[in-house]
Amino acid sequence: MRSAHEASGAEMVTVAVRRVPLDRSSESFLDYLSPSLQILPNTAGCYTAEDAVRTARLAREALQTDLLKLEVIGDQTTLFPDNEQTLEAARILVKEGFVVLPYFNDDLIMAKKLLDAGCAAIMPLAAPIGSGLGVQNPANLRIMREQLPDATMIVDAGVGTASDAAIAMELGADGVLMNTAIAESEDPAKMATAMKLAIEAGRLAYEAGRMPKRLYASASSPLSGVIK
Amino acid sequence: MKVFVNGELREVKISTLAELITELDLPVARIAIELNREVVRRSDWDSTMLKDEDRIEIVHFVGGGKN
Repeated sequence: MRSAHEASGAEMVTVAVRRVPLDRSSESFLDYLSPSLQILPNTAGCYTAEDAVRTARLAREALQTDLLKLEVIGDQTTLFPDNEQTLEAARILVKEGFVVLPYFNDDLIMAKKLLDAGCAAIMPLAAPIGSGLGVQNPANLRIMREQLPDATMIVDAGVGTASDAAIAMELGADGVLMNTAIAESEDPAKMATAMKLAIEAGRLAYEAGRMPKRLYASASSPLSGVIK
Repeated sequence: MKVFVNGELREVKISTLAELITELDLPVARIAIELNREVVRRSDWDSTMLKDEDRIEIVHFVGGGKN
């Protein structure tokens, strides 16, 4: 895991809050993280705004950070977020001084509401968590980018391989949050390197501005002076 | 006295939250505690008295992905 973290160039790692095993059977996960990484506690596993707020308060107390990845799930099969509960939790947590980074469905109106509530960034999904399907609705991400040019947009969940990460970045994401694509690859450190390169390539392509798509060919060599 | 620790009912012979952590022999770094659904600040562990049937949640952090 540590070599994958290093290879990826990631600056932030998200961790979930869970009950401590009382038999002391597990070591602290945090001890395996490089001290240079910013730890971002999350509310993974919460199904209500109330549970997410409780979890967030515990995380802040333990880690002494206001940063929080807010995740309120609505359904066990898809792990799709419950946008209504997410928004409710976001409003409470922002008032309590948290820096809220919410995971949500790729929906522009929800993104606007989360930003209005005071969220520090928006984190739309690309596809269901752990599915590896890649960006399922590129138009939604592109619209979000165009309509919310000043928002920090992190694509959270659904990336399967390097090209998926590149696509997310080409659509204007500021970053990508991932786990399974690297953790379930056969060589996590190598996949992490691929992700780093894909993210850099995608960002450069976004900044460079891609050519328009055309249905028909457009000759790239001059048409005059062809031998007859 | 009997208290619930992470959902488990346990007989304990202590009186404060700090003593409970010592009795459970838990690593104290980067954990947080909730008593009856309210977070107890680390600085208050020593002075927080427990009573019968209190519900205590003690949490730490784990990574994502498959177990």
